[in-house]
Amino acid sequence: MPDVFPPDTVRCDACPVLCYIKRGHAGACDRYANVEGQLVRVDPHILLDRAKSQGTPLVPFLEREGDWDGKIMKGQETFVTAIGAGTTYPDYKPAPFIVSSEVEGVDMVTVVTEGIFSYCGVKLKIDTDRHLGPERNLVRAQGEPVGHVTTAEYGSQMLSLGGVHHLTGGSKSEGRITCETLLELCNGKEVELTIDDGASIRVAAGKPPVVNGQREERMRVGCGSATIGMFAKQWFGKVDDVVVVDDHITGVLSEHQAGKLLGVRETGIAIQGRRSTPGRYFQVAEPGTGWGGTNISDPLTILKPFKPKFAWPHLRLLMVSTTGEQFAYYELDEALRPVEKELPEPLRESVGRIRENCEPALTTVLFMGGAGGSLRAGVTENPVKLTDSVKRKLTRVTCGGAPAYIWPGGGITFMVDVTRMPENAFGYVPTPALVAPIEFTLKKADYAVLGGHVDYVRPLADVLKEKERQRQLVSHAQNPWPLKPHAGSSES
Amino acid sequence: MRDPALIRMLPDGRRLHLHDGPIDLIIEASGSPKAISAAYEAAARRFVSILDELCSELPLLRSRTEKDSERPLGAAAQRMFAAVEPYCEDCFITPMAAVAGSVAEAILESMTVAANLERAYVNNGGDIAIHLAGSHRYKVGMVERPDSPSLFGSLEIAAKDPVRGIATSGWRGRSFSLGIADAVTVLADCASAADAAATVIANAVNLPDHPGVTRIPACEISSDSDLGDLRVTRGVEPLSQFEIEAALGNGLRVASLLQEKHLIHSAALCLQKCVRVLPDSFTNSRCFCRDGFLKPSAPEINTQFELTGRTNPHA
Repeated sequence: MPDVFPPDTVRCDACPVLCYIKRGHAGACDRYANVEGQLVRVDPHILLDRAKSQGTPLVPFLEREGDWDGKIMKGQETFVTAIGAGTTYPDYKPAPFIVSSEVEGVDMVTVVTEGIFSYCGVKLKIDTDRHLGPERNLVRAQGEPVGHVTTAEYGSQMLSLGGVHHLTGGSKSEGRITCETLLELCNGKEVELTIDDGASIRVAAGKPPVVNGQREERMRVGCGSATIGMFAKQWFGKVDDVVVVDDHITGVLSEHQAGKLLGVRETGIAIQGRRSTPGRYFQVAEPGTGWGGTNISDPLTILKPFKPKFAWPHLRLLMVSTTGEQFAYYELDEALRPVEKELPEPLRESVGRIRENCEPALTTVLFMGGAGGSLRAGVTENPVKLTDSVKRKLTRVTCGGAPAYIWPGGGITFMVDVTRMPENAFGYVPTPALVAPIEFTLKKADYAVLGGHVDYVRPLADVLKEKERQRQLVSHAQNPWPLKPHAGSSES
Repeated sequence: MRDPALIRMLPDGRRLHLHDGPIDLIIEASGSPKAISAAYEAAARRFVSILDELCSELPLLRSRTEKDSERPLGAAAQRMFAAVEPYCEDCFITPMAAVAGSVAEAILESMTVAANLERAYVNNGGDIAIHLAGSHRYKVGMVERPDSPSLFGSLEIAAKDPVRGIATSGWRGRSFSLGIADAVTVLADCASAADAAATVIANAVNLPDHPGVTRIPACEISSDSDLGDLRVTRGVEPLSQFEIEAALGNGLRVASLLQEKHLIHSAALCLQKCVRVLPDSFTNSRCFCRDGFLKPSAPEINTQFELTGRTNPHA
């Protein structure tokens, strides 16, 4: 291996082979190349074919042979995505592809570019009731701070990762690890994160989260109190009392309004924690990764002794978590102490029903970024007009063909569900910043009005001739077809 | 930044795709669903460290192998070394000549250790390690040029045959070749042996000093190539039938020598649409069928896989 290599040779660090790549050549993998002295990913440029019918999964098309079937030449069925298209950065030059096509009798233009996002991050929604960590605490990857805990939503914990302050505002290694973490999450890979004073988790877009080594299966159907309300009728007569253990609100059947209405007899049960309203208790234990998002593994620890005035020997008690994943059945002995017994069949059914009603727990990854000035300048000579056109929904914004939600207010700040984008749609630059595909689609007439680079518009058929680097995929069945005229830009 | 290894099922739900740096594997196992999942998990577990393992000894693996060369330490690297050692006194060779086959073999071994499989293959860009039990068999289509895939022949391997490795080498492939063969496909006991032999035979399919062959020192294309300043083939003009026969004859002589030394079982050599086959050593029947097309599958034959071609990163 040469100690000194020519100035136009780059060393690729994408894998441990660490190829020295000469100008104009590719590395051992053929995926990274030296273009003009810069290390560049040379993955193919992705085109989307409109899914023939709903429910067609995203599947690769075989590389097309030279003979087009005519359908493509009509143009309306193929959408040129920005994945692999290249960027305008750092020059203020027109976007790499400005493509015109006729769709349903309307001339449409799609401006296609890979944007370099220094202002970007991901929002994670992690379906779990387990306590991941206190709000505002740091989320770390490989020991580096990459984000923080924001809040809890119904059945889910929310994290915010990345953002400009982690990417470029901290130490070099903080920026590098943040970029790497975002890239992996956006490309659907699993990452391991730890939360200060909290849990260690493994998450990947569209997959169940793993909290402290435990795979999360289901989301709770409701809080403990709501679960009592939903299932009271099914329990009535089969058991004397039910406790639904929940970190938020633990419910008790015999005290709950739903139980009272059915005429459930008082049982003398006494629960640790702060009583909110009858049959509803806050803070029965500390948050944790045990029963119903609490830290308990033995549910009896939340019970105080039964009141002898009301309780009776052989009283039947079911304790269950909000997802039905944990449950235990007890009967009181002569001294009114609960003794664990096997769960009777009729109750087993109700526990199964709770579980059934809990949806699969997933991690959702939304990429969020803001289109900067140079990106917008690649679309039009007058960037503010693009913003305006996007707000008025004359211009639709997509990422690799997936619909983007545009935040109200100034600028073009958008969010997109990464699972609806083609695989490996994201890249990075060492700045560090993420490279994400972004496409702006609008009527050709509107494009001229907003000062678009009309001289650079090329017909779709022209773009399709450059087949060497192109790859055709079928569009995601749930995505609205990006070229359809007049649809809004914020459907999702 | 180190790209993480990719582990996923292909959209057909049957095949496993593993990718890391320059390694791209397509894997399929047959057996009970439990055995398949155990095998895939074992493959993925073995896979995640194999590239780092090889790279830790890269300078050694890229140097010329000689009788008294230092031996590598890694298990996969040792397979590479063992596969090229038989050639080291006769020609320039480095362990890298067997890297693809050795990786395929190492991954396959982890799978067959973990699960009881009827059959399985690990295809590393055309270098394939296969496992066959009972009366199972594989039918394989051969492609001469990765850039315009069309089958130039097919072959069939049954469990009773001693073949457990198939490899293809040629100047159009991803690795450099000193020869001009479009494709040389070799059947051997194992994938690493097939890989090394395919490299050696493809180098021998040659017309030295022919003006129609463009050759460039390997280091001019890739600074860190194991081939250093050896001149590798970058272009071959259309040759006359006589020249094609001569070049294929050179390759075939080397192939039969390797067969005599029990290094390979059989080989098919392809140059500009002409194919020469070295019949296999273990049976009167031929593994290779030169019918040009795969016949419709018999009931027990339901897998066909291509010998060449890279995996589409977006597939």
